[in-house]
Amino acid sequence: MKFTLKIWRQKNQNDPGRFVTYEVNNISADASFLEMLDVLNNELVQKGEDPVAFDHDCREGICGSCGMMINGRAHGEGRSMATCDVRMRMYKDGEDLVVEPWRAKPFPVVKDLVVDRRAFDRIMQAGGFISVKTGAAPEANAVPVPKANADEAMDAAACIGCGACVASCPNSSAMLFVAAKVSQFALLPQGQPERRERVERMIEQMDKEGFGACSNNYACEAECPKGISVTHIARLNREFLRAEFTEKA
Amino acid sequence: MNSILAFYNSSIGKKIMMSLTGLFLIIFLVEHLVGNLLLYANDGGHMFEAYGAFLVSNPVIRTIEIVLFAAVLVHALLAVILWYRNRQTRPDKYELYRLKDNTPLASRTTIITGSVIFIFLVIHLDSFFLPTRFGAEKVSSYELILMKFANPWYDLFYVVALLLLGYHLKHGFQSAFQTLGLRNRKYTPLIDGLAFIVWFLIPLAFATIPVYFYFFQQATSAVLMGVH
Ligand code: HEM
Ligand code: SF4
Ligand code: FES
Repeated sequence: MKFTLKIWRQKNQNDPGRFVTYEVNNISADASFLEMLDVLNNELVQKGEDPVAFDHDCREGICGSCGMMINGRAHGEGRSMATCDVRMRMYKDGEDLVVEPWRAKPFPVVKDLVVDRRAFDRIMQAGGFISVKTGAAPEANAVPVPKANADEAMDAAACIGCGACVASCPNSSAMLFVAAKVSQFALLPQGQPERRERVERMIEQMDKEGFGACSNNYACEAECPKGISVTHIARLNREFLRAEFTEKA
Repeated sequence: MNSILAFYNSSIGKKIMMSLTGLFLIIFLVEHLVGNLLLYANDGGHMFEAYGAFLVSNPVIRTIEIVLFAAVLVHALLAVILWYRNRQTRPDKYELYRLKDNTPLASRTTIITGSVIFIFLVIHLDSFFLPTRFGAEKVSSYELILMKFANPWYDLFYVVALLLLGYHLKHGFQSAFQTLGLRNRKYTPLIDGLAFIVWFLIPLAFATIPVYFYFFQQATSAVLMGVH
């Protein structure tokens, strides 16, 4: 297959950046989107040009690093997929593809398609943790967890922190990410000690980083590679209300 | 005090205030519609005016009226603040952005539909509320309705604004429950069912009133105006 790629090139944070058009040929239909970019980069290196910088690590949809906007969709075509899951057969032969970095003020571009997602880390540092006693691990079944809670917490814990929710949201809101992290702890006994402070601090940090407010238009759920449901956002709102309107212990 | 300020300052706090004021306005809409349907009694507005007189004489209603104005202002003000801030979050735009594939139109146009509703409210209050409540001479609200709705452009504006209100609520109603954390697998079917009444039937019922007066009450109106 062959494609015409219009890729965002930006040397560093201060460079204004611009689109550069490349042609790629002889791409296997079964190649992943990242492998297609590898082919392009090989050619660029052979020509002595700077390869296109993009984040990637696991290449199996579990690390969340391969974020990029492809033809206006976060992680490209398909639902519940990271860019590394996307296969070139999902596009038409000869198709024009516009490839851009996540665009959101709290995610500044570092280089080409690589953005700085440390705003997410700072939100996690603000409250995305639990206290544990050091020493011997407790017996796993000592604390009973209802099956429904365990399932729901596991669904939330599937979030890989990729930032597609922010990238696809018209308000660059991080609510789906924060909702997944808050839910995962709020549903389990281990999350109870910090339950109240967690949601307050994480929301405060989320707002401080400059992410927008949620308008409930659910673009995030549609683009999330892990299919995180917006019912977690409803839970986040509930957790926030609970924290605000109950007395501090 | 501190915690109230923190609540207001947070993005979720603002949304919660928007959802509460929005739902309060919807409750008002239901009450207002019930009152307005008395116009269909075809009794020259007697029941309608008696109902109006009862409302105006009731101190509880007069208090709720003030809350109502406050709710509209708070709702609209927070809407504009959030809309403005949300616009700042993506200074570098996407070359291609297929938001349309992922979101319903109603969810992306709340600020437009809301603004039209706001203009409508100003005109509506200026037409009926100010003259009947604060006008120099006593006017009958029924005659005022006959006169205003004799103008087809005025009626058209009403119909369009009310249908846009419906479209605002198509997103707004479920959105308010989501914001309050009440939308989950258990309640979503119930909310979606109620939503149809709220976003479709209620605004539609309102919109029939100017149409009815224009097409079916014109003759009476000419008679009435001849009398005065
Ligand atoms: C006065 C002019 C109005 C403006 C400018 C306005 C604007 C808005 C906007 C922009 C939103 C979306 C907020 C967001 O999701 O970030 C919204 C939500 C909403 N609006 Fe309005 N609106 C107005 C009047 C009304 C009226 C008259 C009603 C009810 C009869 C109403 C009911 C609602 C509801 C229930 C929501 C959902 C709240 C939430 O998601 O938390 N609005 N409005
Ligand atoms: S919620 Fe989904 S889209 Fe958002 S960071 Fe987590 S995995 Fe990515
Ligand atoms: S490279 Fe890890 S999710 Fe795509």
